[in-house]
Amino acid sequence: MEKVIEIRNLSKNFKDINAVNELDMEVFKDEMFCLVGPDGAGKTTLVRVLCGILKPDSGCFSIFGLDGRKDRNKIKRRIGYLSQKFSLYGDLTIDENISFFAKVHNVKEFKDEKDVLLEKMGIEKFGNRLAERLSGGMKKKLALACTLIHSPDILFLDEPTTGVDPVSRREFWEILADLKREGITILITTPYMDEAERCDRVAFMYNGSILSCDYPHIIKEKFDKRIMEVVCSPIREVYKYMETIEKIESIHIFGDRLHLVFDEVKISVQEIKEELIKRDFNIYNIRLISPSLENIFIMKMEKRTGE
Amino acid sequence: MNNDISIYVEGLTKRFGDFTAVRDVSFEVKKGEIFGFLGANGAGKSTTIRMLIGILEPTSGYAIVGGYNIIENVEMVKQSIGYMSQRFSLYEDLTAKENLNFYGGIYGLDEKELKNRVSWAVEAADLSDKEDVLAGELAGGWKQRLALSCALLHKPKIVFLDEPTSGVDPISRRNFWNLIQSITDEGVTVFVTTHYLEEAEYCNSLAFIHNGEIITKGTPSALKKNVIKRKVFEIESQEPDKLIDCFKAEEFVDDISILGLKVHIIPNREDINKDYISGFLKNKSLEFKKIDEIEPSLEDVFIELIKLKRENV
Repeated sequence: MEKVIEIRNLSKNFKDINAVNELDMEVFKDEMFCLVGPDGAGKTTLVRVLCGILKPDSGCFSIFGLDGRKDRNKIKRRIGYLSQKFSLYGDLTIDENISFFAKVHNVKEFKDEKDVLLEKMGIEKFGNRLAERLSGGMKKKLALACTLIHSPDILFLDEPTTGVDPVSRREFWEILADLKREGITILITTPYMDEAERCDRVAFMYNGSILSCDYPHIIKEKFDKRIMEVVCSPIREVYKYMETIEKIESIHIFGDRLHLVFDEVKISVQEIKEELIKRDFNIYNIRLISPSLENIFIMKMEKRTGE
Repeated sequence: MNNDISIYVEGLTKRFGDFTAVRDVSFEVKKGEIFGFLGANGAGKSTTIRMLIGILEPTSGYAIVGGYNIIENVEMVKQSIGYMSQRFSLYEDLTAKENLNFYGGIYGLDEKELKNRVSWAVEAADLSDKEDVLAGELAGGWKQRLALSCALLHKPKIVFLDEPTSGVDPISRRNFWNLIQSITDEGVTVFVTTHYLEEAEYCNSLAFIHNGEIITKGTPSALKKNVIKRKVFEIESQEPDKLIDCFKAEEFVDDISILGLKVHIIPNREDINKDYISGFLKNKSLEFKKIDEIEPSLEDVFIELIKLKRENV
């Protein structure tokens, strides 16, 4: 597979904080690559370094084979960057915002491309509306259109759906899937693990480094714990009791159900079932469920912070 | 009124000029439960909360919150509830402990009570090594738990949380929900708004608001069962794009979405099952690893409801 981003031993420090710490990572052509991690893990810093906004302190990276330090300007022409606080001009219309960004990027002929983009975003009817009059979801779509007007080959999206409602969020992801199909490589950061599930590969970032990076189905196959879902009542009582069983590693309540994470070497499914049944709880359903990326991520982080 | 009911809302309506932000909203919240109030931005969530906590007067209808009528007894309502806004409203230039002391003072706790509650809050929110850190320097998750404990200092019976976890990471979110679960143990009722639907899974009971109206209510599992009557299938394949192109041309597929290597489809016929889809794909010589019928997510439920709403208009 062709590598479009290659990062070697990259570091970026702010005073005594290693925001990015000797990091290695690769992104392949045409993939949707996701960077997840807790607040302060260094995701935004890494994206800013890759986009040429911040200079790295050491290490190197290349994008499309272009050197991250020497060829900064050449790289900039080929990338689109949607920052967390991407600002549109509220007192300009949709059309005017796009024209503005086209000019910033020195794109002369952009009328046709603008129409195509607006239609893709589903906002073609609102060309004359002021940006400040748009809903949150429409603003994000307009911002995305602005970052695409110079036809970049790779898109950097930093938490693009934070604060966007469910319907717009789903539409936004449909647009991203279309862009990927058109051959745009996408690197996205998100705090939402269900969004990570939608990507081709996922990298967990923590304290400036990548803890693991793989395809979601492989991450799940490698996960050596089991997860049991128990629908029961009274839920808090069951929770408290299960907490006393040390061999169960982690317990979480979701409304009327518990998720128990355990290692089958230490305690079997049958043993847990017996624990549940021998008490006077109402048990409505017990089943093993496949882990979500969120389950795995949280287990990884709990392990880290416990160290 | 039934003693198990913590919040009772009937026919609540709020108009701003000729715009109706909340229209004839009715629901109840049981004592000690986590109630999720869900909807898109601008659906009427915050307007409803502001009426329930007594800072906005309804145009018509009423509500009983913690035993007090929000129109006749506003001051009592305010004393029996806690409120945490989206913006956390902490004093960034005060330390975590100073924020707690300040809010305790506002709620009129006496010295002894204040001391007790502040140490409770520090422990509950896991802030013991952050007491002397300026609120402005705390990371998102700590800030959020500090804001919640500020809202709980005066032992309210009901706490209102407006989009509490917007923009915090998965670990902090999980810790936050653990804290919420533990306060319901003490009989506190939690009313939470969110547009982040994975989070709604933590709630005991839910109501969806859309354009100012409640469009459905129920437990998360009942909603999944009752709203999405059609099946959802997940197909894993190394070539999801090819699958999508093929499904797009087929009349039996209503909705298609792609999640990495997985394709989700919703067929429009009852008789479509795993065997049918697998036969169909084999017939077209399309590669796939496995097909599963999956449980819809609450996001699927929400989007389905909005779709139905639009079709009815």
